[in-house]
Amino acid sequence: MINRDPLSLKIFRAVGLSVWLIITLFPLYWVLLTSFKPANQIAEYPVRYWPREFSFENYIRLFSTSNFGQYIWNSLLVSATAASVATVIALLSGYVLSRFEFRSKGAVMVAFLVTQMVPAFIALGPLYQMFVKLGLVDSRFGLVLVYIAMTIPFSAIMLRGFFDNVPDSLEEAAMVDGLTRFGALWRVLVPVMRPGIIATFIFNFVNCWNELFLSVTLIQSTGNRTIPTALNSFISSFNIEWGPMSAAAVLTILPTMVLFAFASRWIVAGLTQGATKG
Amino acid sequence: MPLATEGDRGAGADRARPTRRRRFNTRRALTILAFLSPAFIVVAIFTYYPLLVGGQMAFHQWSLWDLNNTPFIGLDNFRTLIADPAFGRTMLNSLIWVVGSLVPQFVIGFLIALGLRRSFRMRGLYQAIAFYPWAISGFLIGILFRWMFNSEFGVINDMLMRSGITDGPIPWLANPRLALVAVIIANIWYGVTFFAIMILAALQSVPEELTEAAALDGAGRVRTLFQIVIPTIRSTLILTVLLRVIWIFNFPDIIYAMTGGGPGNQTQIATTWMIQFTQQGNYGLASALGFIVMGVLIVFTGAYLSILTRKGSL
Repeated sequence: MINRDPLSLKIFRAVGLSVWLIITLFPLYWVLLTSFKPANQIAEYPVRYWPREFSFENYIRLFSTSNFGQYIWNSLLVSATAASVATVIALLSGYVLSRFEFRSKGAVMVAFLVTQMVPAFIALGPLYQMFVKLGLVDSRFGLVLVYIAMTIPFSAIMLRGFFDNVPDSLEEAAMVDGLTRFGALWRVLVPVMRPGIIATFIFNFVNCWNELFLSVTLIQSTGNRTIPTALNSFISSFNIEWGPMSAAAVLTILPTMVLFAFASRWIVAGLTQGATKG
Repeated sequence: MPLATEGDRGAGADRARPTRRRRFNTRRALTILAFLSPAFIVVAIFTYYPLLVGGQMAFHQWSLWDLNNTPFIGLDNFRTLIADPAFGRTMLNSLIWVVGSLVPQFVIGFLIALGLRRSFRMRGLYQAIAFYPWAISGFLIGILFRWMFNSEFGVINDMLMRSGITDGPIPWLANPRLALVAVIIANIWYGVTFFAIMILAALQSVPEELTEAAALDGAGRVRTLFQIVIPTIRSTLILTVLLRVIWIFNFPDIIYAMTGGGPGNQTQIATTWMIQFTQQGNYGLASALGFIVMGVLIVFTGAYLSILTRKGSL
């Protein structure tokens, strides 16, 4: 394609995109900066845009005054487990939704989509009650179960889109060669769709990592807290300590940011397909 | 919903073997069932069941502190809500929150998508960096903006004062008028990425020949955009806006982190109010409010689609 845009338009575009990049990156810069400022420079006026000195004080304080290491571990454990299981289960549903035509297919899609639109707060009370009966209150395992249910619908829709891009002659050939349908899915399709599956997994992982209201409701003891639950208790306190708070925010943001940057191309493809196909 | 823009590729999978599709095939039905059931069992137990139980709480007096006494009270919860002095404020705020966030998000997102449409060096890198807000939760975004809007040591006040726009610090989050503006600014910042991604994907689905033909016919860039490109991606735009309205309406996280609905309900929207009820253990009221939210959204969706799809199909 020949790029025939006039120079003025190119400049306008470059300036516009740069301005937006700065606006987008600024909050990230600011929280990073705050996290590395020594405590006495955080509440300082006029505000400094480059600290006189960098310090790890806030990080040290964060880990010494709270169980933040444990929270990171809990978040990692819960998110990774839930995201893996949900991705595998959704893989099966996505496969059927892509490959078969059946009368209730529309209803299945609607049943999945509806879960994305109902205000979830309605479910919090009953879920809590149910967990009391099942003995799952304040359990990371219980949280995993809820997160699996939370992430399945959208990942099924997303994976359906990825299946649609793979010709079905592929698994038919494998089935002629004697594999079962499941075997064909597992051994032939999964390797081909690896980028899409990884993107779905990352999307699920990030959603679980970020989830707040379910974990606040279902987790009680400090030892089982996930990061968002901990952040929630930080900002609920009367006097917010912005130094350790910023350090915690940085540690929360970085892993998901790296994951997203790594898989953004496929996630974008999966999301836009999922949404436009309805 | 028949909203596919690129043709339903899913149907192609079965078109290859039309004879097998006709008659009922037990084995095939069992396969479908077996593959779908794990998802359905989990979602039914942990999503549908609690939602249904929660739904009926709307018609009961249901408090977390009095679980043995939950009588049926008909529509009393709805009456209580509507009679509450905060109700009108909350509904109005929800509307301002949705419109005030969505319109700028759409416009800025559209411009960014246009900017990224033509490939240039480092475009992939630009996207990987500039789209990062997506990886962050709304709750955390709220925390970041709460710090930046801090009245004493906040960077936003500092920039305003340094540039001479204001003389003294503005108490953004404590001021009843400005708090809503502040949370909306945070939400605009957060949501632009979504529109940029969706609109960019739509723009890239517009065939190059179409715009080139228009250019050959002497149409200028602006005309090509409005008469060729936008009509081509119209259905995606309509759907994206709809999904976003529903989503923003249901999205309390930023407000929850920045103001918690305060000061004095000035930033209270329907879903932050629901959170407040659940925190007070009053699930009956929370659930009734959830019904009102859903009702509003269903009516809106119906009206929106019927108005926008009347002039030709989606």
